[in-house]
Amino acid sequence: MSELETAPVSRRNMELLLLLLALAVSMGAYYLVGINSDQGLSQEFITQGLFLAVLSLVFHVILRIWAKYADPVILPVTVALNGIGLAMIHRIDLAKISRDSDQSSRQILWTGVAMVIAMVVLWAIRDHRILRRFTYTALAASIVLLLLPMIPGLGVPINGARIWVRIGDSLSFQPGELAKITLAIFFAGYLSSNRELILLAGKRIGPLQLPRLRDLGPMVVAWLVSIGVLVIQRDLGSSILFFGLFMVMIYVATARVSWIVIGMLMLVGGGVFAYLTMGHVTRRINGWLNAFDPDIYYAQGGSRQIVEGLFGMGDGGLLGTGLGNGSPYLVPLANSDMIIAALGEEIGLIGVSAIVMLYLILVSRGMRAALGSRDAFGKLLATGLSFTVGLQCFVIIGGVTRLIPLTGLATPFMAAGGSSLLSNWIIVALLLLISHNARRPMQASLSATAEVATEAPRRPKNLKEAKK
Amino acid sequence: MNQAIRNTWIAVVMLFVLCLGALSYVQFFAAETLNNNALNKRQLFREFDLPRGAILVDGKPIAESKPSEGQFKFQRVYTDPELYAFLTGFYSLTNGSTQLESVMNDELTGQSQDQFFDRMINLFSGRANEGASVELTIDGKLQKLVYDLIPDNTRGSIIVSEPKTGNILAMASKPSFDTNLLAVHSSKQATENMKKIIDENPKLSPSRNPALYNLMSPGSTFKILDLVAGLESGKYNADTMLENPDKITDPVKMSNFVDGICASKPEASLAFIVAQSCNTPFALMSKELGREPFENVAERFGFGQQLNIPLRVQPSVFPQNMTPAELAQVSIGGFDALATAMQMNMVAMGIANDGVIMEPNLVKRVIAPDLKVLSEATPKKFSTATSKEIADQITDLMRGPVKTGTAKRAAVPGLDIAAKTGTATFTGISEVNSWITGFAPANDPQVAVTIVFERIDYPTGSSLTSPNMKKILEAVFNQ
Repeated sequence: MSELETAPVSRRNMELLLLLLALAVSMGAYYLVGINSDQGLSQEFITQGLFLAVLSLVFHVILRIWAKYADPVILPVTVALNGIGLAMIHRIDLAKISRDSDQSSRQILWTGVAMVIAMVVLWAIRDHRILRRFTYTALAASIVLLLLPMIPGLGVPINGARIWVRIGDSLSFQPGELAKITLAIFFAGYLSSNRELILLAGKRIGPLQLPRLRDLGPMVVAWLVSIGVLVIQRDLGSSILFFGLFMVMIYVATARVSWIVIGMLMLVGGGVFAYLTMGHVTRRINGWLNAFDPDIYYAQGGSRQIVEGLFGMGDGGLLGTGLGNGSPYLVPLANSDMIIAALGEEIGLIGVSAIVMLYLILVSRGMRAALGSRDAFGKLLATGLSFTVGLQCFVIIGGVTRLIPLTGLATPFMAAGGSSLLSNWIIVALLLLISHNARRPMQASLSATAEVATEAPRRPKNLKEAKK
Repeated sequence: MNQAIRNTWIAVVMLFVLCLGALSYVQFFAAETLNNNALNKRQLFREFDLPRGAILVDGKPIAESKPSEGQFKFQRVYTDPELYAFLTGFYSLTNGSTQLESVMNDELTGQSQDQFFDRMINLFSGRANEGASVELTIDGKLQKLVYDLIPDNTRGSIIVSEPKTGNILAMASKPSFDTNLLAVHSSKQATENMKKIIDENPKLSPSRNPALYNLMSPGSTFKILDLVAGLESGKYNADTMLENPDKITDPVKMSNFVDGICASKPEASLAFIVAQSCNTPFALMSKELGREPFENVAERFGFGQQLNIPLRVQPSVFPQNMTPAELAQVSIGGFDALATAMQMNMVAMGIANDGVIMEPNLVKRVIAPDLKVLSEATPKKFSTATSKEIADQITDLMRGPVKTGTAKRAAVPGLDIAAKTGTATFTGISEVNSWITGFAPANDPQVAVTIVFERIDYPTGSSLTSPNMKKILEAVFNQ
């Protein structure tokens, strides 16, 4: 781990510089939308821009106080993504195609809420290792969050998926978005405690060291949870996300490729089962394979959305039509599920590639924090959380470009929707904390908490060798 | 553990590389294919916000784009929509665009080759491309006249053309519809209107021009082609006496029109047979000549050929490899021989123009917004259908029906008219297809006229063909 030790320099000034750049990009996008539409620059440009700028700078100050050594790139990248997303949502509002043409105000409000909660998380937790104490609380919370939409009266099915909870008349929320954080905490806690146990070797087939059958328990549970989400809530995207999260975390905990192989087999099995037995999955797959068949294009719940998205992106081409000059509103759900297609149309392949690179930087910085983290829990948690962001990007971008079947996952930080914004900002807060703890000077860490690094369960260390 | 994290990172990078690859494929490599996909309406959306050229008849717009406050910046407006429905077609996001709105789209939107330099100048000066106007060969007055000659509740088409140039002066069909109803912006409204139009008239298909698209049994008008084959063989001339039995059984069971004048003469001259449109002599002629000359003649006159005037004309059908019995039926315009009104008009044009068919054409010129003429139609030869001598002889034979025979009611005093009538019957149905195709003046043809009514009772049909031809010719020659 020694090569990962960085000099304890705070680098907050670098963050401030990058943050100003990110704000300039966001405001620039907003400005272009304004001048390219007939409305011209609106009052919203000033208010929403100022709002975002003030919040980001406050966040920056909070980091200076409570997470001085946090990674300086994570916050600016997140602000840039969030800002560009806001500009795009505002742009689609201007087209006045949907009944609800004030999504951007709601989005900026949710951004505010999400950032404030993320700051509260920073302040309240301070040291991510505290979360380890809540391993099983997190499991219970996950189960509650996943079951909430199933409660009659509270849960509402939208577009066929039962993943929403409605509070009052206007506020709807997707508790599953938060469940990915609580599940990551649970997996990290469970795996860091029981790592040695799971590492016990089972049978060996060729180069694969299989785990013991009884240790497969958690894997099976995770698989069942994913299938449950798919069957009961009809949410293919979250199902893939939860299972992917678990697979990566167990792989990082054990470094055994056999887990990945077993997981993949289970995933394929589950996928085939879902394709054969579940109408909405069959439709998705058919819409993916035969998207351009006019019958499927015009069918209810057919491939119109993805095909229109592809037309939009094709129309944008290499350079894009320019913000405000295309017609991304022709794509259903252009401001949420299909925001990548909308961006592809208006800022072109070059612009959307830049956004993909921003995501890659974000995920990479998260994984960098994992590498530098001094405890197994932190490593697992940071890897898991970063990976969920990356996997979401892959599932949604792959879906929009017809690389894989389209599933309704939110594009992190960009898609309109409060739940996703909130959970992703909390993820950012946690990644910032972990990176802070990874990079701060050793002494500080010693004084912060009594327990230093994660201790392995008290079991004979040579048990593994003994088995061999 | 760190190695596993690094491996995970590599896996994530690979996922992102896949994303970038997929994005590059969609936005760069497949962009062209996607833009040209039939389901893609984006180009259309852009077009709807641009000023579109007008379609002109006699210098006045019958289709034009007017500024609109609706969903798009312009609304397409049609003047006398029913009259021109099948020529202009309609320009609709929901229902697609049809006819001239479709085939002349490049000119109307300013995207044609001729407008390239204007486009380049606009690119640098920042002005929007303006579409060019398309002026038709149609004569507005004549169009109105022929349209009104078709009674409502019938299915009829009338074409008037100039044999020497191929220019079409009038082309109208009924039942027609209001193109404005289909050009509305609201897709809900446009869909409802389309449904209403089709429900009100199940025989109407709004996106097809009946004069160019409907394939019908040509009946006895097909005998003009028999005459070409017969005279070209050298075995027949106007005075050749031919057997004219009431009934024959070889090559096929056939009879002359019951109680007709044909029945009075068991043997008659070719001139008499053409004037009275007797059937059996043509069946015997087909047996005598065999199928090859017929196939040959049909091809020269345009059967089986794709034509764009610039509206697409459905190829007429002359069946291949027929048995003698089938050929005998085709010789009187039956069996599987099918022709469009345009095809039978081309037959008349060919005979009128010394055997040379000029390519039918609807567009006189394309005019840029600055009134510069971008392109002007020049008469083009379609085919040499037969020689001048044969054409002259057939012209003479076609004077017969108007003077003394089946087309007497088309006669205009003092006007030399050549025409051939036709009545296609169907087994089991009392309704017929009524035809007339011809030209005038026979010695110096100025117009070729074709009238057809589909599935109409015989007396009504025959009262709507020859007498209407008379009215059209009277109007054209001011008599």
